[in-house]
Amino acid sequence: MSAIETHGLRKVYPAPPSPKRGRRPGPAVAHAQLGAAPGAPLGAVVALEALDLAVHQGEFFGLLGPNGAGKTTTIGILTTRVRPTSGTALVGGASVSTEAVRVRQRIGVVPQRPNPDRSLNAIENLLFHAAYFGIPSAAAIPRAGALLEQLGISDKAYAKVDEMSGGQQQRLMIARALIHEPRVIFLDEPTVGLDPQTRLSLWDILRVLHNEGRTIVMTTHYMDEADKLCDRIAIIDHGRLLELDTPAALKQRAPGGTLVEITLAGDAIRAVEPVRALEGVLRVEANGSILRVYSDRGGRVISPVIQVAEDNGLMVSNISLTEPSLETLFVSRTGRKLD
Amino acid sequence: MSAPAVFFALLRRDIIVARKELIYFLVRTTMQPILLLVVFGYLLPKMNFVMKGYQTALLPGILAMSLSLSAIQSVALPMVQDFGWTKEIEDRLLAPVSTRLIAAEKIVAGVIQGFISVAVILPIARLLMGPIPALTLSHGGEVLMVVFLGSFAFSALGMWLGTAIAPQQIGLMFSVIIAPMLFFGCAYYPWRSLDVVPAIKYIVLINPMVYVAEGMRGALTPSAPHMPLGMVALALLIIAAIFWTLGMRSFYKRAIG
Repeated sequence: MSAIETHGLRKVYPAPPSPKRGRRPGPAVAHAQLGAAPGAPLGAVVALEALDLAVHQGEFFGLLGPNGAGKTTTIGILTTRVRPTSGTALVGGASVSTEAVRVRQRIGVVPQRPNPDRSLNAIENLLFHAAYFGIPSAAAIPRAGALLEQLGISDKAYAKVDEMSGGQQQRLMIARALIHEPRVIFLDEPTVGLDPQTRLSLWDILRVLHNEGRTIVMTTHYMDEADKLCDRIAIIDHGRLLELDTPAALKQRAPGGTLVEITLAGDAIRAVEPVRALEGVLRVEANGSILRVYSDRGGRVISPVIQVAEDNGLMVSNISLTEPSLETLFVSRTGRKLD
Repeated sequence: MSAPAVFFALLRRDIIVARKELIYFLVRTTMQPILLLVVFGYLLPKMNFVMKGYQTALLPGILAMSLSLSAIQSVALPMVQDFGWTKEIEDRLLAPVSTRLIAAEKIVAGVIQGFISVAVILPIARLLMGPIPALTLSHGGEVLMVVFLGSFAFSALGMWLGTAIAPQQIGLMFSVIIAPMLFFGCAYYPWRSLDVVPAIKYIVLINPMVYVAEGMRGALTPSAPHMPLGMVALALLIIAAIFWTLGMRSFYKRAIG
């Protein structure tokens, strides 16, 4: 049995409520509006469009996509906090729609933004979360202490949450997600806003959890993070699954050559034909003012490309180089960069 | 693990938080009743501006007001924080129990705070107003029933308002909903004395506080004019059921996207 399975999962948010109702659509919703919504009511936003996924037991699974791709909605549905419009989702064989309580019993969730209970201190956050899962305090207290220790925040055990830094709060959220020893852990962009050092130490923690045999589902829009940590990666955009494979297999599928992205002052389409004729150019695409050149000669095509662009009256305002990677695959599949 | 165990863990959390914020809780829920007691229950009678016996009508009214205010606020205000920007309540929403049980626990916590406010205000009132001839504590069962039903109705109202009103507009709750409720809640005068303006007498019947105030009169000062307790209980039950339904629905909508 898969740890997680979804079939035809679809989520349509109703037309954004008027501000006086006080519900704000999240950034995912606002973005997904770009890809709205044939067959949906006027103003409705399709966040997920028929998503089929299967995550194996003990797998470290990555959901990769730009903002608004539907990652957070997917996590929301799988963690019973968002109701799917249609389709099914099973976590450990239990349906998120009809057996939400059973699903909640086996999952731990690390949210996108730390949302500790600010009326409680750090260790109370853990002990009460354990109590909500029916764990007696005799068992919860040593476990909470060990988790705080493991996450390097044991000196903050009795600190008010507001006195903790963003990184410390994020680690508290991880401890909270683990206190009831769930088999499946969801992390929604867990490293956003963390300093590089904290980020690396979080990676270590996640590797340990993975080695313990837990199933981990993590959303991210950092390619390196997905590449280094995940067994398999699903690339999603506009609520659809675009690719699903191991990082190595995905990288092999990336279009060959170095990606040279050149931003021009004008419509890049005019430069496509002349650039294609240059030596070492494998492929050329234009997207508005951006010219994408895949080259098997690395960065050496840059100067002839600039020359050709300028000959066509297009001044160059920005240049970037990307080696073949998940990133180049992503760009070629979605037509946009991740961040 | 059982739903009752989770329920009591949630309740324990609310009690610990309330204890940490005890001083704010007391100020929030007792300030206004105490001020009213000083002016209407102590100063005006001393100045002979009000008739003898006015305190008999005032005391149950003030208690009704303080339990209503405390129940409504102790549910509505935390909701604003819980469903705020980071959605703090999520650690509870992830608990393996039905989402409605989590809302129900909040309402129970509100009922407890309603009881506490009565327990705090009653002795203070007695102290400020001196002996009140009609006051009797011999109908304890009736008092508990009215306090329970009143706190329950107002906690459920707090659940509805706290989850349905946008956080930026929660201040409006006080000026648009609570203030008229207090003034037309028959806290400062018995309902029967509204005979002088029949139109108002019947319009105020939509105000739930009227039944709490009249019920407190029936239970604490039964010899003074008041609505029959059976009618009070029935009205509060209906009101509580309506607010419960609205509150549960609105909580669920906020909790599950």
